[in-house]
Amino acid sequence: MTKRERDHVSGTETTGHEWDGLRELDTPLPRWWLHVFYATIAIAIVYWILMPAWPIGNGYTKGVLGWSDRANVARDLQALEAGRAAMFQRFATATAADIANDPALQEFARAAGESVFGDNCRTCHGAGGAGAPGYPVLADDVWIWGGSIADIEHTLRVGIRSDHPQARMSAMPAFGRDRLLTSQEIGDVTEFVISISSANARLNADANAASRGATVYAQQCALCHGGAGAGDRTLGAPSLRDDVWLYGASRDEIRRQVELGRGGVMPAWEQRFDAGTLRALAYYVHDLGGGEPDATPPQASPAEAAPVQQSALR
Amino acid sequence: MGAAARSSQNRFDAFFIALIVFCALCYTIWGAARATDAAFEIQMWTAIIALLGGAFMLVGSVASGSNEDVRTKYQNDVIKAGVVASMFWGIAGFLVGVIIAFQLAFPNLFYFEQWGWTNFGRLRPLHTNAVIFAFGGNVLITTSFYVVQRTCRARLAGGLWPWFVFWGFQLVIVLAGTGYLLGVTQGKEYAELPWYTDIWLTIVWVAYLLVFLGTIWRRQEKHIYVANWFYLAFIVTVAMLHIINNLAIPVSFTGWFSYSLFSGVQDALTQWWYGHNAVGFFLTAGFLGIMYYFIPKQADRPVYSYRLSIIHFWALIFLYIWAGPHHLHYTALPQWAQTLGATFSIMLWMPSWGGMINGLMTLSGAWDKLRTDPVLRMLVVSVAFYGMSTFEGPVMSIRAVNSLSHYTDWTIGHVHSGALGWVGFVSFGALYCLTPWLWRRKGLFSAALVEWHFWLSTIGIVLYITSMWVAGVMQGLMWRAYNQFGFLEYAFVETVEAMHPYYIIRALGGTLFLLGALIMAYNLWRTATSDEPAQQRVGDAPVSGVAVAAE
Repeated sequence: MTKRERDHVSGTETTGHEWDGLRELDTPLPRWWLHVFYATIAIAIVYWILMPAWPIGNGYTKGVLGWSDRANVARDLQALEAGRAAMFQRFATATAADIANDPALQEFARAAGESVFGDNCRTCHGAGGAGAPGYPVLADDVWIWGGSIADIEHTLRVGIRSDHPQARMSAMPAFGRDRLLTSQEIGDVTEFVISISSANARLNADANAASRGATVYAQQCALCHGGAGAGDRTLGAPSLRDDVWLYGASRDEIRRQVELGRGGVMPAWEQRFDAGTLRALAYYVHDLGGGEPDATPPQASPAEAAPVQQSALR
Repeated sequence: MGAAARSSQNRFDAFFIALIVFCALCYTIWGAARATDAAFEIQMWTAIIALLGGAFMLVGSVASGSNEDVRTKYQNDVIKAGVVASMFWGIAGFLVGVIIAFQLAFPNLFYFEQWGWTNFGRLRPLHTNAVIFAFGGNVLITTSFYVVQRTCRARLAGGLWPWFVFWGFQLVIVLAGTGYLLGVTQGKEYAELPWYTDIWLTIVWVAYLLVFLGTIWRRQEKHIYVANWFYLAFIVTVAMLHIINNLAIPVSFTGWFSYSLFSGVQDALTQWWYGHNAVGFFLTAGFLGIMYYFIPKQADRPVYSYRLSIIHFWALIFLYIWAGPHHLHYTALPQWAQTLGATFSIMLWMPSWGGMINGLMTLSGAWDKLRTDPVLRMLVVSVAFYGMSTFEGPVMSIRAVNSLSHYTDWTIGHVHSGALGWVGFVSFGALYCLTPWLWRRKGLFSAALVEWHFWLSTIGIVLYITSMWVAGVMQGLMWRAYNQFGFLEYAFVETVEAMHPYYIIRALGGTLFLLGALIMAYNLWRTATSDEPAQQRVGDAPVSGVAVAAE
């Protein structure tokens, strides 16, 4: 029952079908629509001719432009590394004195170090090395393993409690968890530690408990942290005389550290970064605010100095 | 058909559905008893409770079955239930969206270490699945059931089966949502459902297909209306996508974990073949079906071009299915596949716009109605957003553009201009039409509230997509910025910091959208529960019903 009618608004005929009062006009395809559709098909065909496009057997049509993502990325990376190579070369062979006298080298080291730091270190150590509980502040002058460029570079290279054979290792016993000390003794030694630190001004150690704790300290802690609590960087034992606490500065947190003996892990970066990058990163961290002067300027061997690969610096 | 035949047909339906429910109950009880992990056990108990509820409903409906010749009437009850469910899941989904938008801006908000389910990672799939499948799916099922009956002039086929489809789909939603909160996920975007929920959804979907096809089979019109082509394409293709992308081997039949049948880049390509066509066939083809019925109906104008509807339908169906690889530009996917994905996306531009032209040009001769009819305005604006995002999509599929836009919030903005603007608005328009029609009212409770909804939501969408454009382009530029020494200028976390203000604007946009939907729910509630006398719509009955009335 087809009954074509003429729509009074458009003057177009309907198809004559009707469903629940709905009708359709028999309007031809809009010309512009059809032409743009053809144009997009033409664009696609041209694109197929130029670019890798259709699979055939085990291969594919390569396209007349010979365009290849893989080759492009390799070329881009090569260009990037070539652009950085000269400065890295200079930097890796520079002595501390060279760096100190060369603003261009410093600026380069800061840029390289900041880039590497942002993508690899910042997540734990915070922006600008601000630190977080369990992650040391890198912007102050308190160092567990040493704060010269050479020390920092070594720490970066081997990591802390990492899987590197020469990793910086230290382990504080969990005096509470492993029942090496009684709760009373832990309380006492906590008071003693507070009493010898500059935290005493705000926490006011209990004098009686502290004097009892002194004995415990001498037996259990002094070997690493030193009789006066000055710490020992060769062992990675932090100083207890200042008011900087890796796991929290409250009385409870200090006590918890005696109980648990927590120690974090930093990866060894030697496998990820070449020598120049490691040096730049060490320089950047050193420059964050608390760097110490070098005892002996680091001397990189020529083999180490060549910037072979900078995979971490895309 | 005589009364006896009808009642035996009903018993047969009820028996078959009861058999499915019984088998499902046996499995879930066994699964709950033998569960190898806690999450699976909770999922099974949830299913048991739901299935028992279903069994009671089934018994109730058989016990109260009348011998009235229902073939003289349209099946409206399941559609009413669908309207309520659509609105409910819509608001739930929008609410979770607003929560996670604020979580992105303020990461500590509504986050408790001891409650893993408050984590963004758990809430995000809850949001995406709630809006796409719970809200969108219910709108599609509901409107398709309405439209196919009217345009075929036949009652919905299958007796009780439409109810099985409706409640079965709600069970999918509940299992999906509670599962995501428990951490049960396949980790495939928009296909996070675990294997047992996938199987249940397959059963429900096949029933849906058969109900739809059965109704078309018994149609009293010679031709099949264009809306039904789109609905059918949506149902068939989604079934295919769902089954293939979810092929997996469970580690145990009493645990939720499974391994995909595909691995590596093949898995990625299968996933994005699915993911892109979930957009293409669920969120585009299905909703074009809605557009093709409700716009000409509300505007009271003939569809602009029958020829255009044929050409753009087949072009859309043929081209969409190849465009998926554009989600994997510059990845391990072979470059030739990326080329094909991009070019098929570009060729898809005009086929997509065919729907927009047909939607907008249907208004010719009725443009003045936009001033007075906010429901029609909502439908028309949805088509405008459809046109915008189907242009943006091909542009973003070009590899050079994609190298900037990929992985940034530009993509999120693009998705939401389609989701909030197109899918949201066309659904709202359809629900605003359906409620007075189904509950037989003269009109909506308040046209002014529709105006409020329209403007709040529109402003919300504009805030959302503009903030995400700016944030996304900025993010992309920051990621690729090098300084003079050849080092990356910004650390990743600096780009996150830079996006903070835009995240706040986005969350505010989402809040406005949610507010609009709440106003809508109130308006629909007042319309449905109004005490004005019911209005009989003339001729709103199947052909046999009209014939009976005429005798």
